[in-house]
Amino acid sequence: MAQIKESITNNETTKQLTLIQAINDGMRLLLEEDDRTIILGEDIGKNGGVFRATEGLQETFGGDRVVDTPLSEAGIIGTSIGLAVNGFRPIAEIQFLGFIYPAYEQIMTHVSRIRMRSMSRFTVPMVIRAPYGAGIRAPEIHSDSTETLFTHMPGIKVVCPSNPYDAKGLLIAAMEDPDPVLVLEPMKNYRSKRDEVPVGKYTVEIGKGKIVREGTDVTLIAWGAMISIAEKAAKLAAQKGISCEIIDLRTLYPIDRDIIANSVKKTTRAVIIHEAQNTGGLGNDIVSIINDTAFLYLRAPIERITGFDVPVPFFALEEHYLPTAARVVEGIEKVVHF
Amino acid sequence: MEDNYPIKRIIDDQGSLVDTGFENQIDEQLVQDLYYHMLRIRTFDRKAINLQRQGRLGTYAPFEGQEAAQVGSALALKAGDWVFPTYRDHGATITFGKSMARTFLYWNGRVEGCVAPQDRNIFPPAVPIATQLPHAAGAAWAEKRRGTQNAAIAYFGDGATSEGDFHEGLNFASVFKVPVVFFNQNNGYAISVPIEKQMNSETIAQKSVAYGIPGVRIDGNDCFAVYFETKKAFDNARAGNGPTLIEAVTWRKGAHTTADDPSKYRPEKQGEDFVDPLTRLELFMKNYGHWNDEWIQATKDKTSSEVEAAVDEMEKFPPPNLEDVFNHVYAEMPAQLVEQRESYLAHLGRR
Ligand SMILES: Cc1ncc(C[n+]2csc(CCOP(=O)(O)OP(=O)(O)O)c2C)c(N)n1
Ligand SMILES: [Mg+2]
Repeated sequence: MAQIKESITNNETTKQLTLIQAINDGMRLLLEEDDRTIILGEDIGKNGGVFRATEGLQETFGGDRVVDTPLSEAGIIGTSIGLAVNGFRPIAEIQFLGFIYPAYEQIMTHVSRIRMRSMSRFTVPMVIRAPYGAGIRAPEIHSDSTETLFTHMPGIKVVCPSNPYDAKGLLIAAMEDPDPVLVLEPMKNYRSKRDEVPVGKYTVEIGKGKIVREGTDVTLIAWGAMISIAEKAAKLAAQKGISCEIIDLRTLYPIDRDIIANSVKKTTRAVIIHEAQNTGGLGNDIVSIINDTAFLYLRAPIERITGFDVPVPFFALEEHYLPTAARVVEGIEKVVHF
Repeated sequence: MEDNYPIKRIIDDQGSLVDTGFENQIDEQLVQDLYYHMLRIRTFDRKAINLQRQGRLGTYAPFEGQEAAQVGSALALKAGDWVFPTYRDHGATITFGKSMARTFLYWNGRVEGCVAPQDRNIFPPAVPIATQLPHAAGAAWAEKRRGTQNAAIAYFGDGATSEGDFHEGLNFASVFKVPVVFFNQNNGYAISVPIEKQMNSETIAQKSVAYGIPGVRIDGNDCFAVYFETKKAFDNARAGNGPTLIEAVTWRKGAHTTADDPSKYRPEKQGEDFVDPLTRLELFMKNYGHWNDEWIQATKDKTSSEVEAAVDEMEKFPPPNLEDVFNHVYAEMPAQLVEQRESYLAHLGRR
């Protein structure tokens, strides 16, 4: 990470970082400021992680704090539980979200409910990081976007940054949170752009979305890698005279209901975009939030542009699975011309 | 423990017989089969790396260094047996009868690449580590229930032994005494993690003790040791004596995949003394009168043209059918999926 350029903006030191570098920077800071921080995962030591998220961290902090574990996701999460209840602050890296399933039992039956089962006598503040999503021509099973398996799970929070600034801020917020937090990192955005990221500590509040584009005719709601699709669609729609507002949800549980309600009340129309499968997708929860908070303001039924109800296809066909700007524009026109 | 599980070899690094017990079982046909298949998959593997570099293939997992382990074991199978491979075992599956063109397709992100010929029970490669071990136990169980002579083999790496599925597969197989061979290729690394960080045990073979099944440690770069020990394990399985765990000690000569850079984690000189399994077989052939320049040249020409033909077939394969995004998910497509497909095709102007 030698080529990082430092600059001063608004009297605050910032660095030009990619999303993956921002995650690395955040973890470095968390290791520096708190001896209890421990990072566990596969290939995160010398190799620096398969995406280089932990590059250089073992070198600086040693193999006791940045730990290459045996190849076992249940082991990583299970031991993180023990470490967390007993005074450490684990950051567990799951190499790809598609490989988290052996740990699902540990997360579902223990991580998420130890607080409840012990009436807060035991708690497991920990961060689980997992790259997710399709569109990088990865081999099969590496491209899952199964966030609702976790938003459906009471007792754990789920965040999903789309850009470098939010990535570092949400990671630090996740570490400071008294509850376990799953950080879903869009692989497609890991190196897609650089942002000015503050060098020091800051947080992005969990549970708060962000308006990333203001508009008046329709609200687009998305997160992670779908933000860039929403932005492309908004530009195309603008050429047709349609003004789109875009909400980057950033936290998938608990969802920022206010930002959705306020925006939809203003624009009176909504299109939800996610790359996960349609059925049981988070879009359904968002529809019910709009139903509960802004139903009488709606001028058209809500559109959902999502992945299909199929396993994410092998990469030769993945472009046909993922929502495209063209599909989103079609959805936008449908709600606008309803 | 290493003493309890000495590495079995039949030929040494110079291609000389060190265990003469097999001498009269090594005939010209076996030598030529081993050589032909090892050269063939080596040619395939190197071609695949080149294609990936030229952008004609996606990320690829090479197996150079593991040819003896993959070919020796695959040649010990019978036509009716079941094979449960990983993403690195296409050397074994090609040897057993999977098409090379389909295998190239797999690495080009084509689901058609998972499809085995009708007369070969080859499962699609297991990408989630160790998940295939219980499958092999189940397929073997079915053969046992049906009273056939068929058996199953599960291929897996050293890293896979850390997953729960490894334990569960071996435990079930041993409890139900099913005809399965658990064929481990200990290639020293699981991506960047060396075996000594993966486990506290000195060998993988010793893990068999916990399940009360035979465990054997072999030189995985000695194609004869691999062939005869795998055959023995299969004979045992077919005779109703249950599973065997084989640890074939080998070496991943190259990167984990074409997206990996081993210089980040492997000491520079590590593996320098590794004697290539194909070179070892060549030395053996020269030492014991199996070397025939004409046959060797003809075999080289044959394997190269087979691989070239497979590349051609892969590149001329019909383009992906976008309806396959929706096909084969259910026996009968549910109405809501039909609706999703129709609205997508309409969006593309194809309806
Ligand atoms: C459940 C699961 N976790 C993580 C991965 C990512 N991964 C792919 S290969 C690999 C290492 C496997 O090592 P080993 O079992 O020794 O097999 P080898 O690759 O050496 O053939 C890892 C960690 C995966 N595919 N599945
Ligand atoms: Mg290995």
